[in-house]
Order: sequence, then C-alpha cells, then structure tokens
Amino acid sequence: MRADTENMAPGRAAAYEALRDVARVPGSPKPDPIVIADRVSRQFGGLKAVDVAHVEIQRGSITALIGPNGAGKTTLFNLLTGFDKPDTGEWTLNKKPIAGKAPYRLARMGMVRTFQLTKALSRMTVMDNMLLGANGQSGERVLNALLPFTWRAQERANAERAVELLSRFNLDAKVGDFAGSLSGGQRKLLEMARALMVGPEIVMLDEPMAGVNPALTQSLLGHIKNIREEGTTVLFVEHDMDMVHDISDWVIVMAQGQIIAEGPPDAVMKDPQVIEAYLGSRHGNALTADGASLTADSQGGTT
Amino acid sequence: MLRRVRLALGVLLLTSVAFLVSGGFSPATAADTTITGTLSTPAGLPVTGVVITAIGPDGVSVSGTSDEKGVFVIPLSAGGSYTVELDITTLPEGITLNNEADASRSLLVLGGEKRIIIGLSEGGESGIVAGSSGTGERVVQLFLDGILYGLVIALGAVGLNLVFGTTGLTNFSHGELLTLGAFTALTFNTAGLNIIIAAPIAIIFAALVYGWGQNRILWRPLRRRKTGLIAAMIVSIGLAIFLRYTLVLFFGGAPQSYKQFAGQPGIALGPFNTTPKALILGALAIIALAATVIWLQRSRIGKATRAVSDNPALASATGIDVERVISVVWIIGAGLAAFAGIYLGLTQNTVWNMGQRILLVLFAAVILGGLGTIYGAIVGAMVVGIFIQMTTLFIPTEMKTVGALFLMILILLVRPQGLLGRKERVG
Amino acid sequence: MDFGQIFTLTITQAFGVTALIYLFAAIGLNIQFGYTGLLNFGQVAFVAAGAYAVGVIVLTLDLSLWLSIIVALMASTVLALLLGIPTLRLRADYLAIVTIAASELLRLLVRSIAFKDVFGGAQGLNGKLGQEFHDLNPLPADFTLPILSWSRQDLWVVIVGWSLALLFTLFVWGLVRSPWGRVVKGIREDEDAVVSLGKNVFVYKLQALVIGGGIAAFGGILWAVAKQSVQPDTFQPDFTFFVFTILLLGGAARVFGPIAGTVIFWFLLAGFGEVLSSLINNGYIDFLTATDVGSIRFMLMGLGLMLLMIFRPQGIFGDRRELALDAR
Repeated sequence: MRADTENMAPGRAAAYEALRDVARVPGSPKPDPIVIADRVSRQFGGLKAVDVAHVEIQRGSITALIGPNGAGKTTLFNLLTGFDKPDTGEWTLNKKPIAGKAPYRLARMGMVRTFQLTKALSRMTVMDNMLLGANGQSGERVLNALLPFTWRAQERANAERAVELLSRFNLDAKVGDFAGSLSGGQRKLLEMARALMVGPEIVMLDEPMAGVNPALTQSLLGHIKNIREEGTTVLFVEHDMDMVHDISDWVIVMAQGQIIAEGPPDAVMKDPQVIEAYLGSRHGNALTADGASLTADSQGGTT
Repeated sequence: MLRRVRLALGVLLLTSVAFLVSGGFSPATAADTTITGTLSTPAGLPVTGVVITAIGPDGVSVSGTSDEKGVFVIPLSAGGSYTVELDITTLPEGITLNNEADASRSLLVLGGEKRIIIGLSEGGESGIVAGSSGTGERVVQLFLDGILYGLVIALGAVGLNLVFGTTGLTNFSHGELLTLGAFTALTFNTAGLNIIIAAPIAIIFAALVYGWGQNRILWRPLRRRKTGLIAAMIVSIGLAIFLRYTLVLFFGGAPQSYKQFAGQPGIALGPFNTTPKALILGALAIIALAATVIWLQRSRIGKATRAVSDNPALASATGIDVERVISVVWIIGAGLAAFAGIYLGLTQNTVWNMGQRILLVLFAAVILGGLGTIYGAIVGAMVVGIFIQMTTLFIPTEMKTVGALFLMILILLVRPQGLLGRKERVG
Repeated sequence: MDFGQIFTLTITQAFGVTALIYLFAAIGLNIQFGYTGLLNFGQVAFVAAGAYAVGVIVLTLDLSLWLSIIVALMASTVLALLLGIPTLRLRADYLAIVTIAASELLRLLVRSIAFKDVFGGAQGLNGKLGQEFHDLNPLPADFTLPILSWSRQDLWVVIVGWSLALLFTLFVWGLVRSPWGRVVKGIREDEDAVVSLGKNVFVYKLQALVIGGGIAAFGGILWAVAKQSVQPDTFQPDFTFFVFTILLLGGAARVFGPIAGTVIFWFLLAGFGEVLSSLINNGYIDFLTATDVGSIRFMLMGLGLMLLMIFRPQGIFGDRRELALDAR
C-alpha cells in the first residue's frame, strides 16, 4: 500500500490516499469535501451553458476541471464564486450555504479566484497589488484612513507577509515595480501570490497556464503544487489534458455544460467518453481557422 | 456693421394677436452692452410692466421692465451666452404666451441687432392646443406629434447606435453631426439654393465629410493607437465643444431659418393639426429609415455590419473588412444625422446647440432600444418620441425632457440591455 | 498694448473666484474619476446642489448661511446616494450617461415654473446670499490691492477659498496614501480583481462619490456666496467637461493635479482672451470682433481637451512610465 505514495510529497500523498477509493463516476461523493454543489444551472438564451447535478471538491487536493471549449467550465467557475448568477442551484463552502452571496463575501470566507485574462492592477506596484489582498485592514475604512497610527503596524505586518510570499514566487526583486511592467508569466504568479495573500482555504485558478510561455509552465505547475503542500485546496480550469496529467489529484471533465466523467488523471484520459468529447470538439475546430491545437484558439475567449 | 438675424419660432402659432419683441443693441462700446427693445403689438399698442431678464454666463442676471411705451432696457457687463426670460406672471391680464417654451430662450449676444418674435394670445388658452376640444383629440394630436418627433430621434439615433455597435465609441459629438448637417444646408440655402436642392446636397456632403472624413481623420487613427473607449469618449466631448463654438464663430449664436417654408401655415387633418412640411419630412424620414433597415438586412455590407456589431473579432476572423464596415457606418450615420438636423431646422430653426440639446434624448432612445442593437435605436426612438409628447398630458411642457431622461435612467436600472438587447453572456 | 494690465487681469482670473469654483469640483472629481475611475459626467449637479442649498436656505427660507453649509453637504450626500446606489453597478459608459442625464434632469427641475417658489425658476435665486460671511471680512474697509484687481470682498472669498482648497488637497493626500486609497485605485484598475480579493467594491465607489461630491458642493457654496446669485442655466453639462479638462491638464490621480490644472487652465484661457481682445481693440486684428473672443476661447477649450486626451492623458506633468502602462 505504501509503495505508490512513498516518493510523493506529503500533501500529494494525502490527497492520493483520500481519493483512492472514491467512485469514478460523475458527482461521486468525496471523504472530506470543501465545496459541494447541487443542481447548478445557467442558461444563455437557448443554450444551457451549465447544468451540473452534483459535484464535490476534495479538501487539500488539486482538482482539475477540464473540457473542450464551450464546455461551461469558466461559467461554472463564475457561478461558484458569485461572479455570475445561476438560474438554479445550491452550493456550500465548509458546509455553509453560499449560493447567492456576493463574490467579495465568498473571498472573505476563504474562496478566492483568479481570472483567465490576468487581472494584475497595472498602474499599481507589485507590493500594492499584494497588500490589497490582505483582509481585515482597519486602514481600508474611510474613517481610519486619515489616521495612519490606526493602521501602520498592521500595514507593516502585511508587507512582511507579502515579501515572504513574493519570494516564494520569485518576485521579491520586483516589489517596487509597476505590475504592468511584468511579463505575462510573472503576472500570473503575482495574481496567485495575491490570491494567497487573502489567506484562502480554496483557490480557484481559471486557466493558470493560458498565455504563459511554455518554458515558464513547469515552474508555474511547481508553484501550484506548493500551494497544495501548504494545505490549501486548489481547483483549476484547464482545457489541455496534458497539463492536467502532471499535477492534478483528481480530474472532473465537463462537456456541453454537464459533468461527463470524474476520476484520477490516468483513468479519465482513457475514458472513451472523454476522448469522444475532445475529438468531437477537435473536429468542430478543424472547420474554422485552425484545428491544430485545443489550447491556442481559446485564449481570451469564453468557455 | 449691423447683422440682421431673424429668429423664427419652433411651433407655428395657431392664434390671434401676435406681439413683437424686438431687441437690439449697439456694439459701439463692448463694455457698455445693453439689450433694449420695445414690447408692442403690430398695431402699436405698448405692453407695459413685463419683466424681462437676461442671465449671463457668470450666472449674473439683470432685469428690465417694459415702461409705459413698452420699452425695456437690460444693461449687460459683457457679451456672451445669455438666457433671456420673459416673466409670464407679469404679462397683463388675459395675455399669455402661445408657446410656453418662449418664456425662456438662450441667446448669444455677440453683436448686431436681434429680432425675437414671441407669439402671445389674448383671452384664450395658451399653447398649441388652443381651441381643441376633448382630451381624446388632444391624445391623438400628441400621439401623432410624438411619431413625427420619434422619426427625428430615430434618424439621429441610428447613426449613434451603429457607431457604438461597430466601434464601441459612445459618441458625445453625435449631436453636432445633426447641427453640422443643418448648418451646411443653411450655407447652401443662404448662397441661393432652394432648400429642396440644398438639403440633399448637404446630406451627401455631411455623409462624406463629417462622416467618412471624420472617421478617417480622427477615429481611425485613434483606433490604430489603441486609444481606450473611455479616452475616446472624452475626445468626442472635446470635439463636440470645439464644433459648437466654431459654429458660433462663423454663424453667430442666434437661431436662423431656411429661406423657404419658414412660416408655412398649418393644416388640419381631422383632429390633427400639422404643417405640410412636417408630413413630407416625416414621410421622407420613414423612407430613409426603411432603406437603412433593408440595407442592413439585405446587402452584403449591411450583413457585415450586423456581424461586426455582434462580434468584431470574429467578424474580422471570417474575412470581413472591419474598417470598411466602420467607414460605411460613419457615412450612413452622418447622412441620417444631417437629415435629422435639416428636419429640425425646417420644423423649428437652426441654432448652434440644437444637436447638444437633443443628444441626451438620442441616448435615451438608444438605451431604451438597447445600446448597440441596430433596430433597437428605431424602436427606442419611436417610444421616446411618443412618450415625450404624451407626458405633456400630465406634466408641464417645459419638463417633457425630464420624463424622457427619467425613463432612460429607469430602463438602465431595470433592464440595462434595453428592450431589444440580449443579456450579455458572462464568462 | 498694456502687457502689465493683461498680466494682472490674467493672474486675477487664474487664482480668482471662478477658478476656485472649478478647483473644488476638480478636487472632488479627482477622487471619483482620477483615483476610483468613476466616470462621473454629472459633477455639475453636486456644485448645483451646494449652490442651491445656500440659495434656498438663505433666500427662500430666510435662515442662516452657516446652516445652509450643513444642508449643502447633506444635499450633496443625498444626491450621491441617489445617483450612486442604482448606477454604480452599471458599466462605465452607462454610468456616464446616467450621471449626465441626472444632472440635466435636476437642472430642468430647478428651473421649472412648477418649483419657481422654491428655486426661483429660470432666473434662479439672487440677493444677499453671503452676508454673514462677508460680515466676517477682516480686511480694512478701504482696502485695495496694489497690483491685482480683486475687490475687498472678492479678496476675502479668495483667501478663504484657497485655504479650504489646500485643506481639501491635504485631505485627499491623506486619503489616497492610506489602504483606503489603495483599494479605490485597485477599483480603477480592475474592479473584478478587487472584488475577488474580498473588498466590497460598491461601498468604496459610493464613498468616493459622496466624498468627491461633498468637496464639489463647496464649489457651489462659494459660488452662491461670492456671486450672490444662483442660476440654473450656469449648471450645464459643459461645466463638468471643463472640470474634466482641468483635471486631465493637471494630471488625474495626482494630488496637486487639480490645483495645477485649474491655475494653468484659467491662466491660459484668461491670458489668451485678454491678449486677443487687446489685439482686436488696438486694431491689430480686424477680421474678428471683440465678441468673437468668447467663442474662440471655448473652441480652444474643446480642442485642448481632445489633444490632451489623445497625446497626454497623464497630464502635462504626468509620468511617462505610467503612460506606457495605461491600458485604457
């Protein structure tokens, strides 16, 4: 039993153990779910973009949400994080119902997301980007703002934490730079570091690899693994199956708004239904400009 | 050097005794400017005790009262844009304004003699509904007035919406396209062309120069520079201000009329009072709008326009020349706007800020129909036009725009995508 | 030509009462647009709220000027809430249209005959509006300035006005360097990102609107007190756009941007007007008349706004580094 986990990092091993006996069917129950969602649906015009009967996300794992373009992954993400309103659905974070709550409240409760198109705050410094992530700052209240002594100590502590996080993401040399001057990959890292600054229990990364130069992809994957090793749950959207394989503990596959398969990466990738979904989509793409890759033509698009 | 400027009234007066207010001042010493005038009937009977106030650009107001000879004097400290007000409460018993809007008008005091005609009624009701009998007839009248007004708004709003749809620009200088069109026609008209000939030439000129040319010189380079939408919006505000005061410089601040049809007598069609020119213009407007709709439906470039409005990136990827579509949209938008301007010029008058005054109403129409949706502009315009006229049943005429603006704000809050717009897909 | 006189008149206007009115509106707009990114095209409504509060309290109701200042701030706050609560969730261009429409709507209401008893209709409210303030004037009764052409009364307004303007500038400086300022700047850059970090963006935007509106209302109070007159048609949308020009000239999101912008704007505008008038009066230019100067000034203002936005959106003192990043 120990053999297959002994070379793994502790967080990876724990997740592996926990998920080993989970049924490999859509909507399967997990031993320790952090997020549980039921009957979440969202319609755009006549198109049912999302129609998820039941899904659970295991705490402490890296779960990948994959699917071809237009499968409804980002829409589901937007719904779960409160950035879009569903037509139906209930879901919980740590057993607390959170459907219909404002997105900023979800962030404060520990569910923090990033965006497909990186949202680094360009005309602010890297440090200011980070400090914005810190929660419960008394200086953010307008009445305290003019009284620096009420927030100075807290500000210093937050800055220390920010530097620490930045150095983990190799951004400590950029503290005083404008975020807009960073490269695409560095912005992704900054966005992740900033999300961690909130102190989340679960981070939800929307296509963290999109638009990142391939040389940086490996180090980005390393950073995502580190997030799990520190005990934070990761859910991320990706449409390139190969990326997913290396880092995820569990994979959820969506197609046409529904979850069609779940399981560990190896098992999912052999699932004929999944291959069919991807191939179908590949054929569809071939009719337009280029069918060469599933990654290239969806950057900046909607899912 | 005295310029004589005649100022015609927007609404034709139906009734009785007309009094003349003629004001003029000597520009000999600029520091000693006055507006003086005599209030009298054409028969020469003075109207006394009427208070007339000029409110200057600094907000300072000066009043004058007509004396026993009907003469009033308003001393001014400087030239500029003044609001001249007639205090209707001081009018003698039994005398009212024909048109409530005449109680206050903007006037740019630059030099020369100005002649203002204000219609007054004696003994009767005031306003354009004088003599009409039941509410039912009034409703019909206002409804048809609303349709005619809606057509003007539609002509203006289609271009505004097409440009927004294809380029994303919220164009605050679109009102000036109306004004420029009206003044171009005025220039040809003053040069000796009958307005029937001057108008189409002006529309073509406007479409090419103010539409195609403006896009070429200003907006296309800005798109190339990747100027943001908010920055472009502010640029359009600067352009609007620049154009307005350029017109003041060359044409003066007083309203002017075309040489023909200025005082066309009204006709009655059953319960509906109107003028032949308004009906003909209305019919032409319907033809122009219908042609635009058919063009969008049928022609290649029209379909391409709809595709670009829907999704510029996708349209461009499928081989549509987006810049060409945008050029065509500017040409059509400016042409229709010029038509709207001439329409207003013929039924009311041409004045430097006529476009600015209607701009918010155009926005109301566009937002009501759905920003960026092409047919929405027309539907929205008709609704706004009729709404504005019908609300005068319940609120004073001077506040009819208030109703339209309020409606627009309400729509934005309840259904931001407009009546015909689709809900935006997020994510 | 008397260059000394031209210079004196220009300086008088660059630091004068009208410039101060625009300055207060610009300081407020700097918080709203410069730092928070709110496209408030209805700033003139806040100025009008301040001016009308003074007019109504002092003239219509015959109460104290000091009370009217409190009412002015209450009025601008209520206006900000009325405008903000429904619209701050809308897209930027919708917010722009709603705010400009609301400012026009308010102007049409206060100038209407229906409310003439309260607001004075199209003539507005005119009379002894600032007596209690002018009674406090410490300057000797026979005081005249050696060079500048302010009257004793105007000078008193200018002194108090500039002191207040500096105070508000200090206030803005304190606000924007605090964590609160960081949040609103983040909202300007990308609202969704700030939401995703757990900030209630709506509340911050509303706060910015209220604070900026309150400062703009002081412009209106100053207007009523200094000019002894409140006229509806002076509160046209163009006022707001000139405030935008001032702000962009001095540099949006710079603490001293409004002050620099106001002084430069009025210096250029007044200086140009005086020089041109002088040239015309002395016969150097014969194709224009003295009355054309006004229109040419406005033309230049419009042109200036366009060129600024196209070529130097960061203002004339702006940082090139920031410009290079400007994605908008």
